[in-house]
Amino acid sequence: MKRLVTAAAAVALTVGIAGAAQAGGTFDAVKARGQLVCGVHTGLAGFSAPDDKGVWAGIDVDICRAVAVSMFGDAQKVKFVPLTTSNRFTALQSGEIDMLARNTTVTLTRDTTNGMNFAPVNFYDGQGFIVAKKLNVKSAKELKGATVCVQSGTTTEQNLADYFRSNKMDFKPVTFEKQDEAVAAFTGGRCDVYTSDKSQLGAIRASQVKVPEDYVILPETISKEPFAAAVRHGDDQWFDLVKWSVYAMIEAEESGVTSKNVDEMVKSTDPNLQRLLGVNGGMGKALGVDDKFAYNIIKQVGNYGESFDRNLGAGSKVKLERGLNNLWKNGGLQYAIPFR
Amino acid sequence: MTLRATDRPSGVPWYNDEKTRGVLYQVVLLAVVLFVGWWLVSNTLRNLEQRQISTGFGFLWREAGFAIAEQRIRFEPTDSYARALIVGLLNTLEVSAIGIVLATLLGTVVGVARLSTNWLIARLATVYVEVVRNIPLLLQLFFWYAFITQSLPGVREALHPLPGVFLSNRGLAVPVPEFNEGQAWALVGGAIGIAASIFLARWARKRQDATGQPFPTIFAALGLIIVFSFIGWLIGGAHSALSIPEKSGFGFSGGAELSPEFAALLIGLTVYTAAFIAEIVRGGVLAVAYGQTEAAMALGLKSGLVMRLILLPQALRVIVPPMTSQYLNLFKNSTLAIAIGFRDFVSVDDTVMNQTGQAIECVALIMAVYLTVSLLISSFMNWYNNKVALRGSTR
Repeated sequence: MKRLVTAAAAVALTVGIAGAAQAGGTFDAVKARGQLVCGVHTGLAGFSAPDDKGVWAGIDVDICRAVAVSMFGDAQKVKFVPLTTSNRFTALQSGEIDMLARNTTVTLTRDTTNGMNFAPVNFYDGQGFIVAKKLNVKSAKELKGATVCVQSGTTTEQNLADYFRSNKMDFKPVTFEKQDEAVAAFTGGRCDVYTSDKSQLGAIRASQVKVPEDYVILPETISKEPFAAAVRHGDDQWFDLVKWSVYAMIEAEESGVTSKNVDEMVKSTDPNLQRLLGVNGGMGKALGVDDKFAYNIIKQVGNYGESFDRNLGAGSKVKLERGLNNLWKNGGLQYAIPFR
Repeated sequence: MTLRATDRPSGVPWYNDEKTRGVLYQVVLLAVVLFVGWWLVSNTLRNLEQRQISTGFGFLWREAGFAIAEQRIRFEPTDSYARALIVGLLNTLEVSAIGIVLATLLGTVVGVARLSTNWLIARLATVYVEVVRNIPLLLQLFFWYAFITQSLPGVREALHPLPGVFLSNRGLAVPVPEFNEGQAWALVGGAIGIAASIFLARWARKRQDATGQPFPTIFAALGLIIVFSFIGWLIGGAHSALSIPEKSGFGFSGGAELSPEFAALLIGLTVYTAAFIAEIVRGGVLAVAYGQTEAAMALGLKSGLVMRLILLPQALRVIVPPMTSQYLNLFKNSTLAIAIGFRDFVSVDDTVMNQTGQAIECVALIMAVYLTVSLLISSFMNWYNNKVALRGSTR
């Protein structure tokens, strides 16, 4: 099935029948269409998954909604296209989607030879290991000779090989196309270890195993996985809009603006707030959209902290710590570039 | 009677001439095909360039950086993508080749069983065929994989039916002879045995043609191969050291392992394709006129011999062409391996595609590989078909 989609996307790239045939025209194409087409995960709790009413939710979904708000002032004007790890890049390259917000790690080759540009990082993750508690493993350094279940087509496979190689340990990978199959093989005892990004390990431990206490996530983090939304290379106006839509959410959290108090804040005389919320400064016009784009994002989607809590943090099932994803002034890495 | 070009009555314009038209249509068709091909290629290249995506197969020589558990040739993460793809291709070929042989054997047995006069055997074979060929292969693969990994015990509780043999949800670990230069002699002995068997078979056929005396060729050939291999082994120094699997750490060390992924894929492909082959065999046997059976029986042949000497050789002519399609199906169905974690060519290619982002090149590689191997399979089958076809028959 997935191969079909990949092949179809490759064909689309070949024939050039895709919507945005011209690189550089996405901004106008989206505007003319009246709807944003956003590539997301097929279903990863906290990042992008349909809820029990079939409404897409997650921090990646919120990025898509924020961009739709910037463009149209309406968070509903998005069509979500669920993509696998294998067909996500082809879908973007071929123009099938306008942007990709699918927990995708930023790397040099993806930025260059794969023809993409990355918006600011919206989630800092790292790869780790989960093992059954009864194996009595305390550290990933003790995994010599272990059988490791892993999902194919990600940076995960490469990090795994790198880690074992640099620690001079051998291992047996068992590679699956889909995460569910890999997790099922792991919990079924085919593998000693399952490896993936730690946020996913947390989600799996919370919802995909019978007794969460029977499994431990090992302390080592073996890679840096900064996730960001991607657009096609050479599409500058569109890239700017996506980039600043993300920054608007982070800046809002930094300035203490939330979806609840934004109508109060808009009356503030603080020049920084006035620029962010479009009271003056012409920030939106510079991007080619409504000056109130940030106000609308905060009103309809919320600031970065609200999005995180709702999807991944205390207010969600996944219950991740903010950690690296906290604001820089709270000891994390999230930092917005000034709105001026 | 068709008119030849020269028969054209004067006065008919050239464009109404049958021969000229024939040529014209071919030229136009060729031009259209070439134009579409050129348009696709140039459009792709232009689109890729516009999006600043690098093209070409240079990436194949970069370091792969990922590991493959199932390898017939040595593969390390430091090796190139090209080598990784070869490892995947060998896995595909291995599972397909073994699958084709097993599916043919099983399919023939089941197909003949459906024709059996024994009520129970015939019904069992019918049930098998109808159940297996009406369930999607992917589901069957999931079933076999789940069956193997969930029903067998874990490594620490591995079944231990014979010394050195372990059966667990990690697969089957068995002892294998440790390789040693002396054992090359055993292989040489085996080769001599095979060569001798071929000569023996020719001699036996000639003698049977001349005198009608049959010769037990199969048993004699087996004996020859075993005896010569044994002599070779003795010459090589009679090494009998075995590499025996032992529990160590998380799994086993030493010996040879058959992984659950390989086993599930092989069983799934074999069982599924055998159901189709059984129907082809049944159809082929039924296609032989009943008079042949009656004539053979009138000569006093036993029913097994009737099948082996009279019916199957004639049925083969009907069986071989559709069998080619089944072999091709099995080969192409092996790409479902990715769903149950077996590293076949497509699965490795999938990883390569994601690490390098070279989707078009990687999809092109899949097409090229499967097309090439499929054509090889069909040309071999066509050759074989010509061999079993009736002499002098016009095709």
